[in-house]
Amino acid sequence: MTVILYLILVFCGWVSIYAASYDFDNASIFDFAERSGKQLMWIGFSILLAFMILMVDFRVYETYAYLFYGIIILLLVVTIFLAPDIKGSRSWLVLGPVSLQPAEFAKFATALALARSFGTYGFSLKNKRDLFRVVLMILLPMALIIAQKETGSALVFASLIFMLYREGLSGLFLFYGLCAIVYFVVAVKYSGDMWGTVAAGEVLVFILILLVVAGMLWLYQRNGRAARYLLLAYLAIAAVCGILVYFGVEVNALYVCVGTTVAVAVYSLVLYFSSRSLRILTILATAIVSVAFLFSVDYAFNDVLEPHQQKRIKVALGMEEDLRGAGYNVNQSKIAIGSGGFWGKGLLNGTQTKLKYVPEQDTDFIFCTIGEEEGFWGAAGVVVLFVTLIFRVIAIGERQYSAFGRVYAYCVASILFFHLAVNVGMVIGLCPVIGIPLPFFSYGGSSLWGFTILLFVLLRIDASRTERH
Amino acid sequence: MRKDRKLERRKYVIGGIVLVVACIYIVRLFSLQVLNDEYKQYADGNAFLKKTQYPSRGLIYDRNGKLLVFNQPAYDVMMIVREVRPFDTLDFCRTVGITREQFDKRMEDMKNPRLNPGYSSYTPQTFMTQLSAQDYGRLQEKLYRFPGFFIQNRMLRQYAYPVAANVLGNIREVSPRDIEKDDYYKRGDYTGDLGIERSYEPFLRGEKGVEILLRDAHGRIKGRYEDGRYDVAPVSGKNLKLSLDVELQAYGEKLMQNKIGAIVAIEPATGEILAMVSSPTYDPSMLVGRERGRNYLKLNRDPYKPLYDRALMAAYPPGSTFKPTQGLIFLSENVITENTLYPCYHGFVSGRLKVGCHGHASPLPLMPALQTSCNAFFCYGLRSMIDNRTKYKSPAEAFNIWKDYLVSMGYGYRLGVDLPGESRGFIPNSNYYNKIYGENRWSALTIISVAIGQGEVLATPLQIANLSATIANRGYYYTPHLIREIQDTTINAEFTTPKHTLIDSHYYDFIVQGMRMAVTGGTCRVGAIPGIEVCGKTGTAQNPHGKDHSAFMGFAPMDNPKIAIAVYVENAGFGATYGVPIGSLMMEMYLNRKIAPERKYLEERMLQSNTIIYSGVKKH
Repeated sequence: MTVILYLILVFCGWVSIYAASYDFDNASIFDFAERSGKQLMWIGFSILLAFMILMVDFRVYETYAYLFYGIIILLLVVTIFLAPDIKGSRSWLVLGPVSLQPAEFAKFATALALARSFGTYGFSLKNKRDLFRVVLMILLPMALIIAQKETGSALVFASLIFMLYREGLSGLFLFYGLCAIVYFVVAVKYSGDMWGTVAAGEVLVFILILLVVAGMLWLYQRNGRAARYLLLAYLAIAAVCGILVYFGVEVNALYVCVGTTVAVAVYSLVLYFSSRSLRILTILATAIVSVAFLFSVDYAFNDVLEPHQQKRIKVALGMEEDLRGAGYNVNQSKIAIGSGGFWGKGLLNGTQTKLKYVPEQDTDFIFCTIGEEEGFWGAAGVVVLFVTLIFRVIAIGERQYSAFGRVYAYCVASILFFHLAVNVGMVIGLCPVIGIPLPFFSYGGSSLWGFTILLFVLLRIDASRTERH
Repeated sequence: MRKDRKLERRKYVIGGIVLVVACIYIVRLFSLQVLNDEYKQYADGNAFLKKTQYPSRGLIYDRNGKLLVFNQPAYDVMMIVREVRPFDTLDFCRTVGITREQFDKRMEDMKNPRLNPGYSSYTPQTFMTQLSAQDYGRLQEKLYRFPGFFIQNRMLRQYAYPVAANVLGNIREVSPRDIEKDDYYKRGDYTGDLGIERSYEPFLRGEKGVEILLRDAHGRIKGRYEDGRYDVAPVSGKNLKLSLDVELQAYGEKLMQNKIGAIVAIEPATGEILAMVSSPTYDPSMLVGRERGRNYLKLNRDPYKPLYDRALMAAYPPGSTFKPTQGLIFLSENVITENTLYPCYHGFVSGRLKVGCHGHASPLPLMPALQTSCNAFFCYGLRSMIDNRTKYKSPAEAFNIWKDYLVSMGYGYRLGVDLPGESRGFIPNSNYYNKIYGENRWSALTIISVAIGQGEVLATPLQIANLSATIANRGYYYTPHLIREIQDTTINAEFTTPKHTLIDSHYYDFIVQGMRMAVTGGTCRVGAIPGIEVCGKTGTAQNPHGKDHSAFMGFAPMDNPKIAIAVYVENAGFGATYGVPIGSLMMEMYLNRKIAPERKYLEERMLQSNTIIYSGVKKH
C-alpha cells in the first residue's frame, strides 16, 4: 500500500512538472530535453533504486548506519568547499554531468544513524550522555547545511523533535517549541505598533507568558488554586491600568508587565518553598527563559537573520506587501492557486503557471500548478495523500518490534511532515518562504532519490521486522 | 523489546498535530480557491493582454456617389527595447531617412518618463510614426537585420479632391481630454477634428475589436487565448454619403479664390447643403501624416484664418439681403399690403436722420422696392410697425414680435447644421435696446438701420442661404445639413422635418416676385441665366472696418427651385459686382452643369479678380 501511495505521488509529481514546465511550443511529456522528460529519467532511476534497496539484506542498513552517516558528513564538509555558488547557496556537488545535493541524502543518513543509536542496547533518552549524543547527531548535519546557506534544508532536522517526543522526550519541549513560535510571531508582527512608548509586541508576549505560567500551574503542576489567584491578580492589575488610562494617566505597559512578572516569580518561589515541587521550578525557569527569549527576538530578527529572511517572515505575517520583491512569489502563487477554483482549469490549461508568473514553479512552488490546474479538489487531494502516507509510516513504525525500525519510521514521518507543512504552507501564504521541496513532486533528482531511499529503506526494514525478534 | 504503552499513546499526539495542520491547510485552500473571487480577477489581469484591433474608418462620399475621403495605410516603426540586439545603426538611419542625431534623440525621448510615461523595455514602443510607402518598402526588406524593430500598420485619411476641407474636417490623435470624456479612446487612437469627421465621429470610427493574447511575467506574448474564441472582431465605421456636390464645391472654391468670404448652396426641397465654401481655404491633405503638426500651426497662424469656416462661423451684417424678411413681416403684421406705397427722397429722411438711397421711381410699392433695393421703403415700413401705438403697446412689444418672426426664419439662433462651431448670428430683442438706451427711451428711428440689415443684426452665410431656401419653399425650411445617408442607419429626424415660419405662405409669393424682378430689371440683372428663371437679392453691407461687403442671396428656378444660395464676399463692394456673378454662376453650374458662352466673361472676371487686397490684412 505504501508503494502504491508512493507511485501515485511520484506520478502526480511527474505530470505536474510536465504541466509546470510545459510551454506552448513543445508538447511531448517524454521529451528528454524538457524537465518532465528528465524527471521521468529520475523516476526510472528511483524505481530501480527502490528495487535495489529492497533486494539488499535489511541488516546492512543497521550495520552500516554510522558508515553512511560518516560518509554523508564528509560529503557535506567537502561540499562547502567545492560547491559552486548557485543562487547564493553552495549545496550542489557537481560530478561531471551529474549534480547532487548531499543535503537531500543527509536526512536519510541521519535518520538511519539515529535509529541505530536508539536501537543500541541500554540506550535511553533519560541518560544525559545518550541525549547529548542524539542532539549532537542532529545538530552536526544541520550546522553543515547552514554553512552551505541552505537554511531551509537545515530546518528540516528540527522536525526530528517529533521522533524524540515519541521516544520519550518530555512533551514540554513540543510545548516550548510551539510557545517559541507563537512568541516570535507575536513579537515580530506587533513590533511596529506602539502602545504609548512601548512596542505592542513585547507587551502582548509578556501577557502571553504570564498566562502560560498560570496555565502551567493549573495543568502541569495541577495547582488550580494558585492559578486562579494568579488570574484574578492579572485581572485586577489590568483593571487598575484600564482605570488609570481612562482618567488620562499614562501607564507604561511594559513596566507593569515586568513588575507583574517579577511578582509572579516571587510568588512561584514562595510556592516552591511551601511545596518543594520541582515542577514549580520548571515553570519558573520557563518564564525566565521566555522573557529572555522575548528580549532576544529583536536582536535575533534584526541581526542574525539575513535581510531576505526578515522580508520573507514579514511577508508571511502580512506586515509587508512588497509585491515586486520578496512578496512577489507568494502573491503570484496565491493568485495562481486562487484562480483555480473548485475544479481547477484542467491539466495544462493553467494560465498563471504556464506563463511563468510563479517563479520556481516546477521545484519549490510546484503546488501552485496543482492548485491552479486541478483546483481545490486536486490540491486538497494531494494534502490528503500526504497525510495518508504519513499516517501509514507512523503505523509502520508502531508495528516494528525494534526501536531501530520504529525510530527510523518516525524520522521518516517527521521529515515528510515538515516538508509538507512548510512547502504547502509557504505556497498558500501561511509560512515564510523557505526553500524546501515538496517530496516526490518537486523537480530534481537529488530530492526524489533522497525521499525514495528514505521511504524504501523503511519498507525494507518493515518487510523483515519479524526476522530478528 | 517490550513496548512502552504510555509512550505509544504519543503517536496520537503526533498524528493529531499532522491532522490539525492538514486541516488548517485544506481550510485555507478552500477559502483561497472557492470562497475568494479576487484572485481569479488578478489572474486574468496578469495573463491576458488585450490587444486592440482597429476598425477601418468609414468612407465619405458626395451626393453623386463620388468618393471623397478614404483610408490609406501608414506605417509606424515600433520597437521592443528589450529585444533589440546590436545592429547597424547607420544602415537603419539611412533606410528610414533620419540622421544619426535624430535617432539618438528619438531613443532618448522614448525613454524619457516625462515625455513617454508608458515606457517599458518589454512592451512595444513607437519609434517613428507614419513612414512613407517607399521607406516602408525598404525597411521591410531589411527588417530581419534589426531585431526588436517591427512595423505597425495604421490608417490615415486620404482625400480624393483637394477641396471642402472646412466641411470634411480631418482626424488627429486623441488628447488627454478626449480620453477623459469618452472612455472609448485610448492613447494613440484617432478622432475626428473639425467638420464631418468630428460631428459624425461615433459613426465613422466603428467599434474596436480585441484580440486576447496570453502574456508571461516578462510581458512576452505566448499565443492567443483559447485560439481566439473570445476575440472580438472590429466593426468597420459606417460610410457616409454627404449632400455635398463635390464638383459644385470645387467650382465655388475656384470662384472664391483670392477673395475672403463664403458661399452656401442649399437644396430647398430637402435642406441638403450642396456646397459650402469658405475662403481662403486649404487642401485637406495638408492635415494628414507627419506634416500635420507643422501645417496645422501654419494654417493657424495665417492672418486670413483659413481654418475659420466663414460659411457658418462668421456673423456678418446681412445688408440688403435682409430686406425680404422685412417685407414678409410687414405684410404679415398688416403694416403694408403689396400695394402700399412709400416715398423715397433719395433715401429715408426724418428730421435730421437720413438713410441714403439711390435713384429710382418714387413712391413705390413692395415688389419694386425689392427690385431696386430701396432703403427708404423698408425704413418707413419698420417705423410704421414699431411706432404703431394702436396695435402695439410699446416699441418694445412691437420689436419683440418683429424678432420672433426673424427667429422663425432661422435668424438669431444656431440652425443646427451637422458641423461643429456654428455661430448663432445676432438678432437683438427689446431688452437689448432697453439696456443700451433705457426702457422706453428708444423708438423706430433709434434702430432704423436694422430694417436694411445693418446696425446690430448679424447673420451667417448659412442663415442667409437658409432664408433663400425658405423663400424658395414659400415659407418653410429644413434644417440645413450635409448628411444624406449613413450606412445602415437613418439620419437625424430633425433634418427631415419641415420648419414653418410664422408667416403665411402666400405672402412669400410677393417676395419671390420682387426677387425675380431684381434679376429681370433690377440690381441682379447680371445674374440672369438664359433659360432659367433666377430670383435674387443683392446686399451691400456697410462695414466700419473698410470697403463694403458684397452679398447675394437667390434661388433658381423660380418655380420648383432646385438650388438656393448665399454668397458673401468681404470688402468687395457692391453686391452686384461679386455676389451676384458668383451666386448666379454657381446656380448655373449646378443646374446646367456648364456655363453659357455669353456668361463666360463673368466667370473669367471672377476667376481673375482679387479682393483680398482690400481686406486690410497684410500677410507677413
